[in-house]
Amino acid sequence: MRFMFIVKSAHHGAPTPELLEAMNKLADREIKAGRLLDMGGLTPLVAGAQVRITNGKLGVVDGPFVEAKEVIGGYAIFELPGKEEAVASATEFMQLHKDLSPGWEGVCELRAFAT
Amino acid sequence: MTADETHRAVLAVWRIEQPRLITSVARMVRDVPLAEDLTQEALLAALEQWPLAGVPEKPGAWLMATARRRALDHLRRRRMLERKNEMITRDMEAEQQAMPDLDSALDDDIGDELLRLIFTACHPRLPREARAALALRMICGLTTEEIARAFLLPNGTIAQRIVRAKRTLSESGLTYETPHGEEVSARLSSVLEVVYLIFNEGYTAASGEEWQRPQLCNEALRLGRVLTSIAPHESEAYGLMALMELNASRMSARTDATGEPILILDQNRALWDQFQIRRGMQALARAHELGGAGGVYALQAAIVACHAQARTAKETDWSRISALYTELATIAPSPVVELNRAVAVSMAEGPEAALAIVDRLMRDPRLKNYHLLLSVRGDLLDKLGRYGEARAEFEAAASLAGNRRERDLLRRRAAKAAEPRISS
Repeated sequence: MRFMFIVKSAHHGAPTPELLEAMNKLADREIKAGRLLDMGGLTPLVAGAQVRITNGKLGVVDGPFVEAKEVIGGYAIFELPGKEEAVASATEFMQLHKDLSPGWEGVCELRAFAT
Repeated sequence: MTADETHRAVLAVWRIEQPRLITSVARMVRDVPLAEDLTQEALLAALEQWPLAGVPEKPGAWLMATARRRALDHLRRRRMLERKNEMITRDMEAEQQAMPDLDSALDDDIGDELLRLIFTACHPRLPREARAALALRMICGLTTEEIARAFLLPNGTIAQRIVRAKRTLSESGLTYETPHGEEVSARLSSVLEVVYLIFNEGYTAASGEEWQRPQLCNEALRLGRVLTSIAPHESEAYGLMALMELNASRMSARTDATGEPILILDQNRALWDQFQIRRGMQALARAHELGGAGGVYALQAAIVACHAQARTAKETDWSRISALYTELATIAPSPVVELNRAVAVSMAEGPEAALAIVDRLMRDPRLKNYHLLLSVRGDLLDKLGRYGEARAEFEAAASLAGNRRERDLLRRRAAKAAEPRISS
């Protein structure tokens, strides 16, 4: 099953060097294990834009935005046998944040692809 | 958590950690099959203890500590037999210090060890089926029961294959060897063969009720990705990866809602997985960059790519497919390749030219009782309007097919050939 992991947090700063290093090692291991297919971190929402439809009207909203509570900071695409493995994998990823970025709060949402 | 949920949680962590556990323990005991036994003991310990004590906060580290402790116990017992008692204490202290820090488990670069593990599990000295079972168990972390279920075989059969294979490795002194230099490429073909065997077993199940078993395909894809990441200069590893990704991209289009197979030209191409096709095309491009366009797997992948890139069945470049099969036949001559070439020729030049190839193959003893040969011949005869003969071939093919879904499809084709027009 293919899963997308979406990491959301209200902490908008860059990760600590320790966390970054640990995440890179984890990613390297997961690539070598054939499970991690793709991943990426996103620049802050301020630098992005939104194209939305409200009340039947299409409009482009360019930044700056008032930062929402939890913003998507990055994603990863995994190929795993099932949801249990996805939960175990996301737990390990979040444990790194807990250990190496004290005070950080956020959520790693995991969603199976529809196909 | 219920006992069942804990059990699944244990296996989930196990599958993620197992390659690292086994490579780490193998480095300590310098024996891959033994390392596999010792890590299995850690799994059993987790299955016993976690349902009672709860899943530990760092389950991976727990498994690693347990597996390494078992390995140390083993080394001590072995040394106990070999040496005088007073030396042991000193050794044990040295070993404790040599034990890597568990929290820095992520620091281990397991690339080389993993390669050794794969080469050991897929040693050419072992029968192909045994290699497949060992690979699924030692690299994918599947249990004996899961492997047995995937291959529709009794647990005992798989367990025996694994025990025998390990014994063969031990008796031949092949428990901890790493091929170097040119040997890597030579040995790699034995690994690729096993990965492709696992993939095909899932892609077109040779027997049983279901025509596809996606779990095996996914494990094979994962093994392929492991290979390309730890042996990144081997073009054929990328060729095989491309072949598997491109074939797997059609999985949800290959069967209808009731599980009956749908042939490639009749498939709904909107259901083809474009993400996977992209990955397949990237892998194929990499194989070409590495100079491997003419490899057995890369050529087959290039053929599948012709299908993957055609937006409609009509747009398929059959002359290119036919040319690729001709090239494939020169480096890997086989009656099956020739049969596939016949299909491409029939699309590019017409059924008459193809029937000439197929009729030659009918005399090949290697294809005796091969249901696909009769099925292709039936198809060609049908296109030529020779319906009576077509029907007979489809029926003969159906009686030889081992998979129920495939048998049903062939019977339907036989009935259809007989149906509307009475043959002359």
